[in-house]
Amino acid sequence: MKRKWLSGPYVLWMVLFTLIPLGVVFYYALTDSMTGEFTLSNLASIADYWPIFLRSIWLSIIATLICLVIGYPVAYFIAHCKPTTQRLLQMLIMLPMCISFLLRTLAWVALLEDTGIINSFIAKLGLSPLPLIRNNGAVILGMVYNYLPYMILPLFTVLMKIDPRVVEAAEDLGCNSRQVFSKVILPLSVPGIVSGITMVFVPAVSTFYISQKLGSPGTILIGDVIESQFKAAYNPNLGAALSLVLMVLIFACVGVMNRFTNDDEESMVTL
Amino acid sequence: MKRLFSLLLTAVLLVSTFSAPASALSIAVTINVYNWGQYIADGTDDSLDVIDAFEEAYPNIKVNYMTFDSNESMYTKLKAGGSTFDVIVPSDYMVQKLAQEGMLEELDFSNIPNYKYIDDSFKNLSYDPDNLYSVPYTWGCVGLIYNTQYVDPEDVGSWDLLWNEKYAGKILMFDNPRDAFAIAEARLGYSINTEDPTLLTLSANLLREQKPLVQAYVMDQIFDKMQRGEAWIAPYYAGDYLTMVEENPDLEFCFPEEGFNLFVDALCIPKGAEHKTEAEIFINFLLDPEICAQNLEYLGYSAASSAAKELMDPELAENPVAYPDEETLARGSAFMSLSQQGSQEMDSLWLTVKTADTATTVYLIMTVAAIGLVVFLWIFFKVRKRKRKARRCAKWKSA
Repeated sequence: MKRKWLSGPYVLWMVLFTLIPLGVVFYYALTDSMTGEFTLSNLASIADYWPIFLRSIWLSIIATLICLVIGYPVAYFIAHCKPTTQRLLQMLIMLPMCISFLLRTLAWVALLEDTGIINSFIAKLGLSPLPLIRNNGAVILGMVYNYLPYMILPLFTVLMKIDPRVVEAAEDLGCNSRQVFSKVILPLSVPGIVSGITMVFVPAVSTFYISQKLGSPGTILIGDVIESQFKAAYNPNLGAALSLVLMVLIFACVGVMNRFTNDDEESMVTL
Repeated sequence: MKRLFSLLLTAVLLVSTFSAPASALSIAVTINVYNWGQYIADGTDDSLDVIDAFEEAYPNIKVNYMTFDSNESMYTKLKAGGSTFDVIVPSDYMVQKLAQEGMLEELDFSNIPNYKYIDDSFKNLSYDPDNLYSVPYTWGCVGLIYNTQYVDPEDVGSWDLLWNEKYAGKILMFDNPRDAFAIAEARLGYSINTEDPTLLTLSANLLREQKPLVQAYVMDQIFDKMQRGEAWIAPYYAGDYLTMVEENPDLEFCFPEEGFNLFVDALCIPKGAEHKTEAEIFINFLLDPEICAQNLEYLGYSAASSAAKELMDPELAENPVAYPDEETLARGSAFMSLSQQGSQEMDSLWLTVKTADTATTVYLIMTVAAIGLVVFLWIFFKVRKRKRKARRCAKWKSA
C-alpha cells in the first residue's frame, strides 16, 4: 500500500474522463435545451420512449441467453482440452475481435441482404428469397455474433480453474455425471456466468450500430434514439437524460446479477 | 521510474501540441473543407481530382476534406463546436438559418473574382438576398428514382409510389426531417415551408403510415442500395441519379407531379474560420468555369454558371434530368428557413416518426416476465439455501 501514488495517473484519468463527463451528463439531463434552466422535463419525456427501452432490454436478454446456451458448452469443451489446443481455440475465439466491429456487422449485411450472398444462392436454386434481414431475429443474431466471445472467455477462465479433485471427490462420493455437473461444476462456474452475462448484456442493451444495419426502421433500439438526439435532432439534453436512465437500468441489472454471485460464494462455504 | 516515465510522456505531449501549429505555419496553411459526401470530383472514373488540382495550383494551401450526410448533421457539428471549418456547403435553407444565427462570415468578393461567372438568376436569391454570405456551388431537384426492372410504369408519376404497398420493404426514404417532410407535404398539397403545427402533424402521420413499407432511412447509402437492386424506389437528388444510372442503367428518374424541392447548395465560410482568405481562394478556384465544368460533370449536379455549362459534355448539359424544362421547373419550390420553433416542431415530429413503435404491449409483457423470472430464481435459491442451512443445523444439533 506504500506505492499508492502509482495509481495516481489512473485516478487522474478517471476524474478527468469518467467522473467529470458523468457530471456533464447529469447537468445536461437536468437542464432545459433552450434556456439552460433546471428542469425535470427531459426525464419526464422519457415516457415516450418506454417501448424502445423495453425492446432493447428484451432483445438483449434473448441475445444474452443465446450466448450463454452456446457459450457454456464451448467454454466447457475448451477448458477440457490440452493446453496447446486451448491456446489455439482461445485465439480462434478472439480472432474476430481483431477485426473492426463495424466491418463485421457490415459483412453480415452483405450476407443476409435480399440481394446478398445467401439469398442470391437461394435464388440460384430457384427458390424465393428468405426474409433474413431487417427483423428482430437479425438484430439478435448480430448481437450474439458480436458479443459471444465476451461470454465464452470469462466462462472458460472460471471453468478452467475448477480443481479436478473436487470433481473426483464428487464422483467418489457417488455422484453420477449429471449430479457432478449440477451440484459441483455449475455452482462453481456461477461467477463466470454472471460476469459473462454482464459483459454481453451491457453492451447489447446500449448498442446502436447493429440495429441500424441489421434491423428495420421499426426495430430501432434505445442506442439509436440516443445517437439521433446528438447527431440529427441536436437535443443533447434529452440524449443525456436517456443515457442516464439507461445507465440506471444497467446498474440495476448488474446489481441483481451480482446478488447471485455473492449468495453462491457463501453457499460454497456452507456446502 | 514510473514517475519519470509519466513526466517524460507529458513532456512529449506538450511539445507535440505546441510545435504542431508552428510547423504548419512555416510549411503551409491547411483549410478545413466540410462538404457533402460524394460531392466533389475525386479523380475516379477519369475525372479531375479537384483537391489535388487546387493544391497544385496553390502549393502553400493544403486541404483537409471532410464530409457530412445532411444539413442537420453539419449544423449539429458546427453548433457543438470543437472543430473549426473554413469552407462549408450548406443548402439554401441552411444558409439562411446559419446567417440568421450569425454563424457565417461575410465573404470578401474581391478575393472571389470568378463570382462574375455565376448567372444572374442565381444571385440575390431569397435565402441570401443581399448576397453577403454564399456563393452557389450547384443546384438541382429532388425526385423519385426507381428501378424499371421491378417497378410497374403505371405506378410511377407521383409521390404515391413511396406509399405503394406493392413495393413494401423495397422503398428507401430520406434520413433528414426537411427532405422527408417536404415529400409528405407535397403529397398532401401543402407548402413545403409550412410551419402550421396541424399541417406538420398531418404530414408526420403520413410519414408514419409509410414507415412499415420503408426498408431504411438513409442518405448516401441510397447509391449503393439502388445500384445493386437491394431497394427499388428512393427519393433523391437528380444529380446523384445521374451518377447512379451510370452503374445501373435500369434506374429511371421522375419529377413527381405534386411538386418537388428545388435546391441550391452554396459555398460559405463559417464564423470562426481560421483561414478566411485561403478559404476564399478555394471558393474562387471552384468557380473557375473550367474546374466547375469538370467537377460538375463528375457530380451530375446542375451548374449555376452558363460559362461552365458551355464547357461541359453537351450530353449532360442538355440532359433533362439535370436541366429540366421551364414547365417542370415551375412545379419545383425552394426551401425557406423555418423559424426555430417550426424546425424544432418538425424535428420532434420526425423523431416520433422514426421511433414510433407498435408492438409495445408484447415487449412489456415479455420483459416483465423475464425480470420476474430472474427475481423468482433469486428468491428461490435464497429460500432453498436457508432451508438447507436450517436442516444442517438441526442435524448437527441432534447429533
